[in-house]
Amino acid sequence: MTGLTTAGPRAPRARSRLFDPRVLLGVLVVAALLVASLFVGVYDVLGSADGWQMFLITRVPRTIALVLAGAAMAMSGLVMQLLTQNRFVEPTTTGTTEWAGLGLLATMIAFPNPPLLVRMVGAVLFAFLGTMVFFAFLRRVTLRSSLIVPLVGIMLGAVVGSISTFVALQTNTLQSLGVWFAGSFVGAIEGQYEVLWIVALVVIAIFLVADRLTVAGLGEDIATNVGLNYHRIVMLGTGLIAIATGVVTVVVGNLPFLGLIVPNIVSMLRGDDLRSNLPWVALLGIGVVTACDILARTIIMPFEVPVSLILGIVGAAVFIGLLLRQRRRGSR
Amino acid sequence: MHTATLSTPTTTGADARGGERRSGSFATAAARRRYWVWVSCLIAGSLLLGFGLIAWANPMPLGTRGFWIIAQHRSLAVFVMALVALCQAMATVAFQTVTNNRILTPSIMGFESLYRAIQTTSVYLFGLAGLVSFTGLTAFVFQVGVMMGLACALYGWLLSGRYANLQVMLLIGVVIGGGLGSVSSFMQRLLTPSEFDVLSARMFGSVSNANPVYFPVAIPLIVIAGGVLWFTSRSLNTLSLGREAAINLGVPHRRMTIIVLIATSALIATSTALVGPLTFLGFLVATLAYQVADTYDHRYLFPVAALIGFVVLSAAYFVMNFIFYGSGVVSIIIELVGGTVFLIVIMKKGRL
Repeated sequence: MTGLTTAGPRAPRARSRLFDPRVLLGVLVVAALLVASLFVGVYDVLGSADGWQMFLITRVPRTIALVLAGAAMAMSGLVMQLLTQNRFVEPTTTGTTEWAGLGLLATMIAFPNPPLLVRMVGAVLFAFLGTMVFFAFLRRVTLRSSLIVPLVGIMLGAVVGSISTFVALQTNTLQSLGVWFAGSFVGAIEGQYEVLWIVALVVIAIFLVADRLTVAGLGEDIATNVGLNYHRIVMLGTGLIAIATGVVTVVVGNLPFLGLIVPNIVSMLRGDDLRSNLPWVALLGIGVVTACDILARTIIMPFEVPVSLILGIVGAAVFIGLLLRQRRRGSR
Repeated sequence: MHTATLSTPTTTGADARGGERRSGSFATAAARRRYWVWVSCLIAGSLLLGFGLIAWANPMPLGTRGFWIIAQHRSLAVFVMALVALCQAMATVAFQTVTNNRILTPSIMGFESLYRAIQTTSVYLFGLAGLVSFTGLTAFVFQVGVMMGLACALYGWLLSGRYANLQVMLLIGVVIGGGLGSVSSFMQRLLTPSEFDVLSARMFGSVSNANPVYFPVAIPLIVIAGGVLWFTSRSLNTLSLGREAAINLGVPHRRMTIIVLIATSALIATSTALVGPLTFLGFLVATLAYQVADTYDHRYLFPVAALIGFVVLSAAYFVMNFIFYGSGVVSIIIELVGGTVFLIVIMKKGRL
């Protein structure tokens, strides 16, 4: 990552800033959004007799799902960017999401009507495999430009996507495939969303190994020099990304560009210290997903659009902005 | 960039000399012989497959009037395959040269997403009737125009001025494609299953999508864009050395890049509007062409690539039509093979 080395002057202060009071402010803003998410919707939870029940069945699980998915996807984007030393990498620009979708489809065909857990294992395994393919590729090639990496990743995603399309066409599930892929929190109700708690473990794990991931982000040579088992950390990071992506893809669907824009905005504002940035990345991830979901719920009320549509459009715009900004700086 | 390019960098600069007298295009005489053997094999294969597609399993006896009617009908499909092969092959080879990267394909730059978005919107807004009526020459011209417009807007915006950067332009094209993709997948979600069935037939490249009404526009476009690429092939040889070397040798790098990219997008837009999206056909064809023709010279690469494109397309159709009797998914088979080749190539490559 280009910025890691340039963040030198800020580094000494970073330790003490781990619990920046401004994080509390961010927490307050995000909490306000989450409260808004609890009370936005077609069903009047305050006025109706069974309002409280509906509140517990749909609104609370949905909001928890927003928190978990937002934080997990934003943080896996950050981990991926560290491990590949490339700012434009995240699960949707490396094909990880497509692999997870293919895994989901494969389990649907291998076991008719599989339980949620089996589907998830399939998605996680495929996501892991796909991410490793991409990392293996990155390690083998010498790159002339950081921008080639996402291009290749998107091509890779297109290959995997065309395999999924082929399988789906053969099994007459093409339209349902589109429904699974489109990220939406509609299904996050009591009894359906609970497996998402797995990604909470991923989030905690990323917090715990943050320093090691930062060192791994300096490259294999430096990491090995300071006494880190580089390959183990890469495997660990990939595993965490795969679990987060796989679980989120199965329960929620595809959340495009989230892992890309959130870490980039945070490091634009705060520099590149992973440890002190992590809370911000998690918060901003939650905030962005929640805001997009509220928008998705209200934009064509009483219906709702999939959140991936909004994220796709907003994310694409922000991504283009980031690219243009990098172009202006003239860095490669 | 291959080592063959680097070993003979100066021969390409000499525009005035004829191609045949030089030893520059091929490293050795054996390579030259191999090239011509391959070309003759490919021509023979194309003729055989083309004839096979027209005459195989023709229910009428050879020579009767019924035979010719059926043959005429089938030869239309063969002709479309030839057009598409030409478009995809030339566009991809030229695109890979200009971007200096042999694993990209021009189709990912939003053309297909735009095509899918246009098709989906027409169903979404006007229902099945909208899609059925959206087939004439006007629709074709409209689609080509929109795709070309997007491409030219991107080039004009991102390839001119102080901060011109080809890779940023490519990535922005891809991202715009992704954004369009999420809009169309949302609209597809709202379609009824029967509407979606009709639409999904359009979503995959198929020569049966092509309508002879399109030819008066499509053929001149292909001839012009293909001609531009053919006549700039010497400059393309120089461009493949990289920006610095090309400028040093007197090629106006930015202008040539934009000209080649516009010609490329015209070819891809025409091919996509004719038959639908074929993401990896061009990539597959170009990769095979580099293997077969061991040369950097585009005047030799283009014909081989186009021939391979035709052989791949017609062989896929031949096998699917006459051996497996399931002709609906030909393009997906090509996509799968192309995608697999893509994976193998990126795993084998040492540099980008």
